[in-house]
Amino acid sequence: MSAQPTATEPAAQDELLAHFDGLIASGATIEPRDWMPEGYRRMLIRQIAQHAHSEIIGMQPEGAWLTRAPSLHRKSVLIAKVQDEAGHGMYLYSAAETLGVDRAELLDALHQGRQRASATFNHPALTWADTGAIAWLTDGAAVVNQMPLCRTSYGPYARAMRRVCQEEAFHVRQGYDLMRALCEGSPEQKAMAQDAVNRWWLPAVALMFGPPDTAAGGADDRTAALGAAVSRRAITWGIKRHTNDELRQRFVDSCVPQAERLGLTLPDPAIRWNEERGHYDFTPVDWDVYRAALGEDTHWSRQRVAHRRGAHEDGAWVREASAAYAARFGADGSPSEADTEADVAAVEAARDGAGERV
Amino acid sequence: MSRQREGAPASWEVFLRPRRGLAHQHVGSVRAADADTALLRARDLYTRRGDPLSLWVVRSDAVHAVSPDERDPFFTGARHKPYRYPEHFAPLTEKGPDGDHLD
Repeated sequence: MSAQPTATEPAAQDELLAHFDGLIASGATIEPRDWMPEGYRRMLIRQIAQHAHSEIIGMQPEGAWLTRAPSLHRKSVLIAKVQDEAGHGMYLYSAAETLGVDRAELLDALHQGRQRASATFNHPALTWADTGAIAWLTDGAAVVNQMPLCRTSYGPYARAMRRVCQEEAFHVRQGYDLMRALCEGSPEQKAMAQDAVNRWWLPAVALMFGPPDTAAGGADDRTAALGAAVSRRAITWGIKRHTNDELRQRFVDSCVPQAERLGLTLPDPAIRWNEERGHYDFTPVDWDVYRAALGEDTHWSRQRVAHRRGAHEDGAWVREASAAYAARFGADGSPSEADTEADVAAVEAARDGAGERV
Repeated sequence: MSRQREGAPASWEVFLRPRRGLAHQHVGSVRAADADTALLRARDLYTRRGDPLSLWVVRSDAVHAVSPDERDPFFTGARHKPYRYPEHFAPLTEKGPDGDHLD
């Protein structure tokens, strides 16, 4: 069910805006059929779509290890985890559709490079330990990012995020458990775990939280001002609740003791407890650090979208067959008047297409 | 209802009864060309955990809706009619409303 913006007089616009601002100020949610400023709708569509794309693209690095998991138990866990990521994408596309877009348009935008997934997944999962490091570190970062989104001002997005967060806790724990098993294993296994952490720390701490948006986070004034303007807008509208740098600090604070318990070293020599601040210090994520982590225009960044596009194109015959079946038997599954010869031909053509592949 | 691109599969609203004693609740939506496929997709998406009891799917364009903000007079029911609430009247006992139990 989506919002249907209606044309309104300028005076009524002011009244509508005041009502909208009042709802946000009181902490109430905005729901699909409510009036909302166009900028609010655009910011939400952009953020939810980017988030949904990241979930489905994020299946790829770990999915590559499904056939090579070291035990049936680990394989079952990894299948469940990757399946959840697909589900998270679907929850979010469903939420985006309440804003009056079609998920097919959003997928087209991803395939054509007009919209993007998180650059975190531009990096490859080189060893089995990477599946653990990804789940522990990037999913761990996602939880820190996403907990406040359970209270975001747009109702369908908040409700989707509550489902996501419930499942994300399992992702982080199984990842930590996988890392623990490696750290308690042979020296080679522990070295493999350390190597994966060395490669996944920066993508997690930099990319999962977005660019720097405060001077305290280490950005120069201009960068901080730019990031802050975007964050401020999102915070005013209740879409975001915290700055990127605040959430980044929260993530580092939770990770350092977890790494210590595993006996692993986070690859940042600047990490140390700051008694005065009551937080861990770490190398600030300025734009140089951020860009270094991006991995843009690399083999893997192209590969992720190409793979996704390929899967979509390979599935075309299924969509065609499904549409032809619905046209023949009616969307509710009973024979319909649309059962014409043309439809029968379409079904048969789709079956022939299917037959070629089995 | 969602604007739908031509040729895109229909949108279906999904309702789940998560456990006994609860009514079906709206949980989100799926895309599917027909009802059976919509149920399969809803199962895969919304019942991966827990012990769900029942799923409904309803074509999104079959839902007719009205919200207070759009058509205020439609909902001018309860707010201005305090006499619809028990607090509007004197309690039945000296203990006040807390001692008012009739059951």
